Amino acid sequence: MRLIFITLLALALATAVGLGSTYMTATRGTDLGTLTIGAWTARPKSGTAEVDPYSRALIARSGELPIGTGDGIAFSATSDDKNKPLDGRCDVVVSGVTPAARFWTLTLFDRKGHLVANSLQRYGFTSQEIVRGSDGGFEIRVAARSRAGNWLPTGGIERYALMLRLYDTPVGVATRTQRDAPMPSITTAGCP
Amino acid sequence: MIRLVFTIIAGVLLGGVVHLVSVLALPRIATQDAYSRLTPMTKENAVTALPLAEPNNAPMPFMDPAFAVAICRYDLSGGPIKLTVPVSQAYTSVSFYTRNEVAYYAINDRSAGRKVIELDLMTEEQHSALPEDEEVTAADRLIIDSPTATGLIVLKALAPEPGLMPQAQASLAASRCTLQTEPTPAKQPEPAAPAPAPAPRGKR
Repeated sequence: MRLIFITLLALALATAVGLGSTYMTATRGTDLGTLTIGAWTARPKSGTAEVDPYSRALIARSGELPIGTGDGIAFSATSDDKNKPLDGRCDVVVSGVTPAARFWTLTLFDRKGHLVANSLQRYGFTSQEIVRGSDGGFEIRVAARSRAGNWLPTGGIERYALMLRLYDTPVGVATRTQRDAPMPSITTAGCP
Repeated sequence: MIRLVFTIIAGVLLGGVVHLVSVLALPRIATQDAYSRLTPMTKENAVTALPLAEPNNAPMPFMDPAFAVAICRYDLSGGPIKLTVPVSQAYTSVSFYTRNEVAYYAINDRSAGRKVIELDLMTEEQHSALPEDEEVTAADRLIIDSPTATGLIVLKALAPEPGLMPQAQASLAASRCTLQTEPTPAKQPEPAAPAPAPAPRGKR
């Protein structure tokens, strides 16, 4: 009787620990093979045939298609440079320069990967439509209410993610530091 | 007491095994992965344009709204596939995924270096069955080996401004993804191989 109880306890524990940890890693992802520059994180290996099992599980669960290495690379950010989570009710400024690439796009998603509805139907910017300063730098204001210049509406949602995709770029598996890939800064300018 | 500690240790160790097995099995058992999502809305061995990504209606999460996207869901069991994608004004790329969403190859318009991206997709067996001399002489014929018999080809064309989206969609609409219906060299008898060899070359 006691043996049966102990075996069942061990099996139940194994199921809980095993499936629980799989759920966590497949939902949040792991730090395995990530490239972090400032607030931005990319998984360059996800676009190759050498993708690790954890990234494969993450991709299968979310239902997305990773961007192939010969195509480009995707960086995502869920917090600003000071590690404060991006809040759609605050004013967030994305500014500076981007790594060398033929084109780039910056898109705002909610945490599940959906675009956020707004009356302008503006979900992001491409490198061609952005308004730049005389020095070639740019400043995008991510805010709930209309702002001058490059305004990216948040729809007032609490948590969102920014995704910067570089197309036809030397940035990839060999990239390590900010010097190889100067990423734009993300700062929270103020909250109401 | 000792028995309880031993049970917990055994449970955690066994849990590690369950974790590893389930992580490795997840891509195979997932029902909401990209391939399963796209299967009802795409045709097999033909190019299907995807609807534009919108807040309430996106075929996949994290899709780039600046791109027109078309899918060719392929099945190579009937023979190799020939893919032709005319290059759009701004940026065009073609990415290849296996049945389990491993991105094994991707190419963009600049690395293709032409006005039209032309590729032959086949399994490794079909590739090794090709006559050898043909592979050498037809150096400009790009052959991609697919690790699996089924998978996805994603064609993307960038609209740098929202107003250019119709042009990007039009260039993708002109792309073709077709099964090569003529008998493959693999099925032809050996002595006949030298004679029909120029035929595939002559097509280009």
